[in-house]
Amino acid sequence: MSTQDAHTHMHGLKPAIDPGAKTPRGRNVDRRTPEWVTGLLFVSPWIVGFLSFMAAPILMSLYYSFTDYPLLEPPAWVGLGNYAEMFTDPLFWKTMGNTTLYAALAVPFGTILALFVAWLLNQSVKGLVFFRSAVFLPSLVPLVASSMIWLWLFNGELGLINVAIDGVLGPLGVRGPNWLGDSTWIMPALVLMSFWSIGQAVVIYIASLQDVPKSLYEAADLDGMPPLTKFLNVTLPMISPVVLFNVIMAIITSWQVFAVPYIMLGSEGGPDRAGFFYTMYLYDNAFRFQRMGYASAMAWVQLLIILSLTGLTFLASKKLVHYRA
Amino acid sequence: MARGTDQGVLGRIAVYAVLVGISLLFALPLLWMLSTSLKPTEQTLANPPTLLPEPVSIVPQQLVRNYIGELDADGEVVHRGVWTDPVVDFPLYLRNTLLVSFLAVGGMVISSALIAYGFARVQWRGRNALFVFVLATMMIPFPVLMGPMFIIFRELGWIGTFRPLWVPAFFGTAFNIFLLRQFFLTIPRELDEAARIDGCSHWGIFWRIIVPLSRPALSVVALFHFIFMWNDFLGPLIFLNHRDQFTLALGLQLYQSQAGNVPWNLLMAASVLVVLPVVVLFFLTQRTFVEGIATQGLKE
Repeated sequence: MSTQDAHTHMHGLKPAIDPGAKTPRGRNVDRRTPEWVTGLLFVSPWIVGFLSFMAAPILMSLYYSFTDYPLLEPPAWVGLGNYAEMFTDPLFWKTMGNTTLYAALAVPFGTILALFVAWLLNQSVKGLVFFRSAVFLPSLVPLVASSMIWLWLFNGELGLINVAIDGVLGPLGVRGPNWLGDSTWIMPALVLMSFWSIGQAVVIYIASLQDVPKSLYEAADLDGMPPLTKFLNVTLPMISPVVLFNVIMAIITSWQVFAVPYIMLGSEGGPDRAGFFYTMYLYDNAFRFQRMGYASAMAWVQLLIILSLTGLTFLASKKLVHYRA
Repeated sequence: MARGTDQGVLGRIAVYAVLVGISLLFALPLLWMLSTSLKPTEQTLANPPTLLPEPVSIVPQQLVRNYIGELDADGEVVHRGVWTDPVVDFPLYLRNTLLVSFLAVGGMVISSALIAYGFARVQWRGRNALFVFVLATMMIPFPVLMGPMFIIFRELGWIGTFRPLWVPAFFGTAFNIFLLRQFFLTIPRELDEAARIDGCSHWGIFWRIIVPLSRPALSVVALFHFIFMWNDFLGPLIFLNHRDQFTLALGLQLYQSQAGNVPWNLLMAASVLVVLPVVVLFFLTQRTFVEGIATQGLKE
């Protein structure tokens, strides 16, 4: 870059009629705004937006997290009070448990399922466009609408899922559970439902599968590798950076789960609060209980959890992820 | 193709069977929503249910009855469908959603393009470091920010207006900036250099060269942000405080949570209304969509 800049003055005056210029690099031409000013001007909307809608809120919530802030009155300093309260707050731990359980089930199984479906959809078969659309489309359905659809599917008496279970397993004496009305079945129901929207991950995986060099497969075929071995030893290492990125984003998303349980189970998260998630409790504290201080402390804990989970995923994957040179 | 043949006929049949099964499983919830939305209420209570409304010939009549409502000879509403619900004003919510989405999409496309140009086409110190930082902000989740954002918007007097939903879109967002930057990097540099020699400024290059050549990428950003706005639930829930301002997402939830249960056929009809535009948009722009999402793997 710097060598290019060094040439600019030579071309600066009459570059258009200089036939000797091989590759005219007209940056930093005299009288023009310096490049760094132009660059900063172009990116300035992001800087302004970052400062006002990210940096300021994060710093504000750091301050509020040390205060008691009932929204209609000014914040009052309480030191580490909010953080201390969290330790003994059973609801806080309930949401931690639920959210962790959900992430621990939805992320790994969702990833395996998405990889499997992507692998299937990467085969050369007829009707791929149809298959891909069917898998992808549900991931675009607005969460409110998918909540309605799955409320209906999970309905204990008339829902299609239980009609199917009772029809197939009924003769064996197995009855479908009252999914959303039974605290033991709420989490499985939500995890099952999350698999319906893996379409975006599938599309990303298909794209990365297509980037794997064909020659590697040919080599594997010469060695007589069976398909599964080939997938585990050739494909997976090649696409591992993409998988890592997706897993990280999925973890982050699972810590933000709000709309689906809030709509399907109500603000309490259903019987025994079995579907009460971290973000729902944060929302309650901030906007229903007028406890912005406590909510801010929860926001900071959430931020730290997400950052450390991301860091841990990176560390854990160091040996597993293969970055192409 | 070489990969397909080495599996043998049985393998291929197995792949087909699994693909058909999986596609059906994924499509079933949507088809079931559609079928339920066209049934009379009694039929939604039947156990076991019928696959389609019975007889199928009632479908056109049910379409009008459930989705719009029934009028008598004088044009008075005798039966309320989704569109004519007395409490939940879906036509208004549709207008609100479209208004907010268009403002936000416009802001997002313009700002992300400008910012991406600054990262792709202008040489300045610290550019790459800042870009990595921009990417890192993708990890910051909205729930962490929402409390203080509410307070900021309250100070500005914006709570209960649409502004908190569309103004932030005018400052770009990490993923869209990333997507456009990657695209801008693929446009040959010779084009801007030629333009520079002709006396074009960066501003001129941006508008006359980069923007016209980047229509596909810009439409991906527009599409994604439109879908995001259409789907957003938590934002409107926090920042809007009056029913008249609700978006469709909030409206659908309001419809479901009304006193006295809404019959399943009407709830599904309302859901169809919310899902349908997204489905249509997907089929119209399928390629753009799939290519745009494939970029999400963050490959350089």
